Amino acid sequence: MKVVHYMNQFFGGLGGEEVAGTDLQVKDEPIGPGRLLEQVLGGDSKVIKTLICGDNYAAENLTELSQEVIKVIREAGAELFVAGPSFEAGRYGVAAAGLCAAVQAELGIPVVTGMAVENPGVDLYRSEVYIVDSGQNVGAMREVLTKMSAIAQKLAADGGESIGNPTDEGYIPQGVLRDEFVEKTAAERLVDMVLAKTKGDPYTSELTVTSFTPPPAPAAIVDMSKARIAIVTDGGLVPKGNPDDISPIASTNWGSYDISRLDDLEGEDYQVQHRGFDTRFVEQDPDRLVPVDVLREMEKSGQVGKIHDVFLSTSGLANPIANSRRLGREMAEELKNDGVDAVILTST
Amino acid sequence: MTPVAKMVGANRVIQGRGIVHPLGDASLSAAEEKELRQELVHRALEALETDITSE
Repeated sequence: MKVVHYMNQFFGGLGGEEVAGTDLQVKDEPIGPGRLLEQVLGGDSKVIKTLICGDNYAAENLTELSQEVIKVIREAGAELFVAGPSFEAGRYGVAAAGLCAAVQAELGIPVVTGMAVENPGVDLYRSEVYIVDSGQNVGAMREVLTKMSAIAQKLAADGGESIGNPTDEGYIPQGVLRDEFVEKTAAERLVDMVLAKTKGDPYTSELTVTSFTPPPAPAAIVDMSKARIAIVTDGGLVPKGNPDDISPIASTNWGSYDISRLDDLEGEDYQVQHRGFDTRFVEQDPDRLVPVDVLREMEKSGQVGKIHDVFLSTSGLANPIANSRRLGREMAEELKNDGVDAVILTST
Repeated sequence: MTPVAKMVGANRVIQGRGIVHPLGDASLSAAEEKELRQELVHRALEALETDITSE
């Protein structure tokens, strides 16, 4: 099997942070962990290209990098793309998983990566790509690569049909539900678990609860009369015609809409892209969701410094958490760049 | 939907006037509704001015 392997500047042996701006380097042989990868894949597998890229370059140019990587893989006629493992390295993990997703979508060849569950690449790509849970210990390289190559081989053999449960195979759950025959009914399993719990014996719940690490509370605004306040909503308010084509359900994008010359929002200028509530009241008067009228008055009376020139909007309905997080991150980045001090986020 | 906001760890949460119009109320007169909106936005600004030490 012809393999292309992607690594960051550190694992690829170029250096540390000082060379994190390096663009894509292509080598015709396995390097570092790539040699181990070749060993554990065994058989006739050969790493024919090693791709190395600096973390900063990758993070800042992921779209362009994806195109370059796809081109190399296509020209090399590779049958497998492996990225990482990246352990806890955030920029590396996001790039590795992002490249896997892009290569898989464009070329349809098996892809696999590995990283720690805390890596931000997990939230972004776990549902699309097989990500082996690498843990945090870089010393476990052989073990991690062994799990990655087992998944790669199954993907190559039958498109992944023989890949078992996340716990058995060592990959991070993708949120997929599969039918399975079991000996005991749900009621019996439940009673077994209750008994085990009462006795203090170990048991494994069949439902995992999504956990959220609470973000630290941002510092309070010291002087509201000097603060720039932005309005953000997940209630789906957009100008008539929905210029950014925001989907009313599981939306993948958000819009930014000018209110700098408005004292009041009029229903005739807007529509609501949201299929999770009765939108008529907001369509009658959009200030019921995006309160430009009262905030403008407060700005004029000096209670607040400035209402940000645009409001940001998306539809917060039936959206996977990873996607919602991405939308939030993108919005926060833009607002921070624009010097916004605080946000009022209205939600339906 | 304040339980959702709290569950995901939002630190400053104000209860709106209902899902269909968080910052309004179609059953009120226009003047009363505006007053309600002023009150809610005012409370949001107050929350932003308050230091939060725990959840």
